[in-house]
Amino acid sequence: MKVLVTGAGSLLMGSIASSLLHRGDDVVSLQRNAPTFDGNSHAQHVLADIRDSESVALAARGCDAIIHGAARVGVLGNWNDFKSVNVDGTANVLAATKMHDVSRLVYVSTPSVAHSGHSIIGDVAQAAVTGRKHSHYAESKAIAEQMVLGSDRNRFAVVATRPHLVWGPGDRQLVGRVVERAARGRLTIAGTGDALVDTTYIDNAISAHIAALDALHSGARCDGQVYVIANGEPRTVNELMRSICTAAGVAFEPRYIGLALALRMGSMIERVWPKVRATEPPITRFVAQQLGTAHWFDPRPARQHLEWVPEVSLDEGFIRLAQWYALRL
Amino acid sequence: MRKSGSHVADFAAFGLSPTWSRNIDVPSHDGEIHRWHVLDRPARKHGAPVVLCLHGNPTWSFVWSRLLQELSSDFRVIAPDLLSMGFSDRVSTRVYSDRVGDVADLLQALGVDLPVWIVAQDWGGAIAMGFAVQHPNRVAGMVLSNTGIAVPDGRRAPWLIRAAAATGINALVTRYTSLFMRGTPLLPGKGLTKEQKKALILPYRSSSARKGVSDFVADVPLTNKHSSAADIADVAAKLGSLTCPVRLLWGVRDPVFNDDFAHDLMRRFNNVALHCIKDAGHLAILESSIAPLVETAIREIESAPEYVPVKESEIAPETLWSQIDTWESASDIAICDAANKKSVTRPEFAERVATFAEGLHVHGARRGDRVAVLIPPSIDLIAVVYACWRIGAVAVIADRGLGLRQLGKAVRSARVQHVIGSRRAIYAARVLRWAPTALMINLSGSVTAHQVRCVGQVGAPEPEADDPAAVLFTSGATGPAKGVCYTHRQLYAQRDALQRTYNISTTDRLVAAFAPFALYGPALGIATGLADMDVTSPSTLTARALDDACGLVGATMVFASPAALSNVVRTATAPLPHLANVRLMMSAGAPVPVKTLEEIAILCPGAQIHTPYGMTEILPVTDVCLNELTKIGFGRGVCVGHPVVGCQVVIAGTDNNDSKTLAPVGVTGEVLVSSPWMSSGYDSLWHTQYLARPTMCVDGTTQIWHRTGDVGHYDIDGNLWIEGRVVHLIHTDTGTVTPVPLEIAVEALPAVLRAAAVGVGAHGTQQVVIVVETANHSDGPADAELTASVRAAVSPQAVAAVWLSKKLPVDIRHNSKIDRTAVGVYMSEILAGAKR
Repeated sequence: MKVLVTGAGSLLMGSIASSLLHRGDDVVSLQRNAPTFDGNSHAQHVLADIRDSESVALAARGCDAIIHGAARVGVLGNWNDFKSVNVDGTANVLAATKMHDVSRLVYVSTPSVAHSGHSIIGDVAQAAVTGRKHSHYAESKAIAEQMVLGSDRNRFAVVATRPHLVWGPGDRQLVGRVVERAARGRLTIAGTGDALVDTTYIDNAISAHIAALDALHSGARCDGQVYVIANGEPRTVNELMRSICTAAGVAFEPRYIGLALALRMGSMIERVWPKVRATEPPITRFVAQQLGTAHWFDPRPARQHLEWVPEVSLDEGFIRLAQWYALRL
Repeated sequence: MRKSGSHVADFAAFGLSPTWSRNIDVPSHDGEIHRWHVLDRPARKHGAPVVLCLHGNPTWSFVWSRLLQELSSDFRVIAPDLLSMGFSDRVSTRVYSDRVGDVADLLQALGVDLPVWIVAQDWGGAIAMGFAVQHPNRVAGMVLSNTGIAVPDGRRAPWLIRAAAATGINALVTRYTSLFMRGTPLLPGKGLTKEQKKALILPYRSSSARKGVSDFVADVPLTNKHSSAADIADVAAKLGSLTCPVRLLWGVRDPVFNDDFAHDLMRRFNNVALHCIKDAGHLAILESSIAPLVETAIREIESAPEYVPVKESEIAPETLWSQIDTWESASDIAICDAANKKSVTRPEFAERVATFAEGLHVHGARRGDRVAVLIPPSIDLIAVVYACWRIGAVAVIADRGLGLRQLGKAVRSARVQHVIGSRRAIYAARVLRWAPTALMINLSGSVTAHQVRCVGQVGAPEPEADDPAAVLFTSGATGPAKGVCYTHRQLYAQRDALQRTYNISTTDRLVAAFAPFALYGPALGIATGLADMDVTSPSTLTARALDDACGLVGATMVFASPAALSNVVRTATAPLPHLANVRLMMSAGAPVPVKTLEEIAILCPGAQIHTPYGMTEILPVTDVCLNELTKIGFGRGVCVGHPVVGCQVVIAGTDNNDSKTLAPVGVTGEVLVSSPWMSSGYDSLWHTQYLARPTMCVDGTTQIWHRTGDVGHYDIDGNLWIEGRVVHLIHTDTGTVTPVPLEIAVEALPAVLRAAAVGVGAHGTQQVVIVVETANHSDGPADAELTASVRAAVSPQAVAAVWLSKKLPVDIRHNSKIDRTAVGVYMSEILAGAKR
């Protein structure tokens, strides 16, 4: 099977491409800069921007399937930046599938497309919501997800995945930030830290996407569906942070701020920060809500329809994380 | 027909689908055509049975919003706004007979000709009854809630209605101001949401819109001079001719139609049952979810199984009181009260029972009357209960351990005709209005004036074996106390079961430190000692007090509660010579830790230590002794031994409502029990009773079973293991988890005193959370070390969080049954991010 993996410059997408290569698939990886994984004779790297429709179409030629994970993330940037990558880029991918008759598309979405700010307690994936003002990322991903799931063509199958809080060795989004802040004694938790949050160990996120790819065909149970991907082992935010800190060998001594205050601060900082700094702000409303309210899901749909079981437990994941940090010292 | 106007836009906000709303022009018996507004919720299938909902005053069809939303789509629900009410036409004044005729007009216009179920509340109930009397063939059944047809004997019309109807006030309260309108939802009860309150006044925002409300109040017959009074009285008199089933759902906190009205209706119908909804008020239909009750009412009739009475041969023909005159060795002590240093011989006891019986009879207590026995455990308590039984009065006995509030609720809900007790108890009953209309009988007063030598000489007629004998209130682990009803036959069968299970002979002597068992001493024909303790708190029984009581009667048996025994172990410092003579120690009421039993065994070396499993509704169910428990060792849950002779105990398979499937050995399911000493059921809780007492065919015999609400399994040796309560099951994505085995594993950790396993999240995706009490008595998340050891202890079961609790909530009676529901609710909030 020949698979185009977009956004392979990120940890998750690069790892997916690498796993496909290892099991013997042909992989075309598309990313802007050098890929993060080692290739072999079955690998073909395309250095291109997802906004470049011609390059995307070219990369898709001869592929059986596409795993589309290229995206602009974070809170920095204006709406057009997000729209051109996340919406128009996805439109480019869809056009490429049509042009070259690629019959399967796995779209890597995000739980934030259905995020309402309320607790999610064992729910199945809800439909994406559009019309949000304060998160360009979630809004653009939601539009793209709707577009992908709405593409109705003969002999063309799509599935959207929403990996929830992916972490593991080498992850800079969650682990990297927590460890860096804890090391500086500036780890802050919005709310009580008692809310249960599910996460996804990186290896499970990889296997979930490969399972989705394998399960997907026109008329399959998962065709046209969306699945939250997570370990299915919710833990309190405190326990997660503590486990990450322990694995990295830094002290877990967080400060707590009230959720309402965190939301107000997030709202203010989101408006002001991009005008003065070019880095991700220290707190956003989205992060505050993620940490201050419960977020865990019904694991059954993904397990039943994708025939996927997360193989690395949280406990095992933290052991691997600790080993990785130990080797870095 | 046309779609109704702009108000429909508001409906969605109040949980009513705009598609249900329609207007219909109905030719009326008065010769005109009136436009009705109707909420018409279609059924899944065409031609489905129709449920017609009639609202009262001052409401409109919105009061049925919960029923409309929640009732199974097997039924079509039609909820009209009565004329001049809600969004229906305002017409000239309508009296009672018009409104009854209106119902027929509406059904005709809607083309409904099959018999309907009518669900009605407040004055809608009176209209429903009028319609049923006029058209008995068109009514399949009725569910009536907080309504009435006549003012019950001995009381006046509801004072609120009287006040609202008073000439001069009526118009002011009901029409020119919205006082009546806005006041109704404020009546006591569980309370309505803001949205519900807003919705209720939606059609009544102007004075002219309220005319119908005012007319309705004016049509309430308060005196027999009233124009509609004769019509209503006629309907009331004919209710007895109806054969359709009638189910009453009552919000007991309603000051308007209180439970006097419910019991008035109970007397009027043939096929009638009552379900009291605790804490709900006048608008119980909106405050609580009544859809399951309405569905049960309808389906109960459809699927009514053949009633099979318990086989006569299995039942003892005797009665408890008939033993008293025939005791051998008459000079022996009958009862010895160690607390009050009093004792009676057998003839003295017989005389006291006979005298009380005569006294109660003289005071007017008759066969079937309910008598609240407010007497602390004493010789008099036992004598009064036997006296009640002898004359056929129903003894209402509430455990003092319930606490004053629950005790009052229990007595009030039992609606007793008589209260007997000390001057203080009677005073409390009167002042706290536990039984405002009951006759008070002072224990030290004239009730003992007519001395009768023996029970055989009591003048009053004897009751039948199947007459009700007692209503017992004991605390559940959670929720308000339920009244459990027993007949004489059932009580006698229970006495037999105890005698058989524990080989009790006339040479035995009993000390009871658990009040209910003291009652059986005389019926077993053995001397009974009451230990000196505070009955409201079983943990006040000291080793010395127990030993003294044993000494006084020469006890061979001790019946006590686990909490009492724990305290005996704690206070056993000096030698206890009399406990050494005990051959049987029985502890009942709650699970007893094996450790406590072992410690007790050391105190009474000659005794077999038994612990039966059972509940207020049926006891004993199984029995196990310490020796066996030691041999059996650990397992999945708490081992309660084998079923006692005469008691059938089965584990229900997956579909446990009607089915014949039983769980195989080792498989967990709900424990179902049946025996001749099973109680008749629950008092004024028709729906609870329906759910708890399925009629099922097991092994070829169809009989009534009691659902214990416990889950457990049988092991290969036939021992029953209890794993928790059905309501405490944890439904995870990988299957159902029972709490007790997890708790046992966690409680084995040295740091843990007590543990509760609960689920958070929705059915099917719940996560297991373990909450523990430790010696540190702190609250909040457990540290990494304890978390890890708890997870290791219950492995491979996944645990989302381990929490500490200073004090887990337990029942007041036994101080041991953990209220896992409360723990679960608390943890759900905490783990969703709520403040601690």
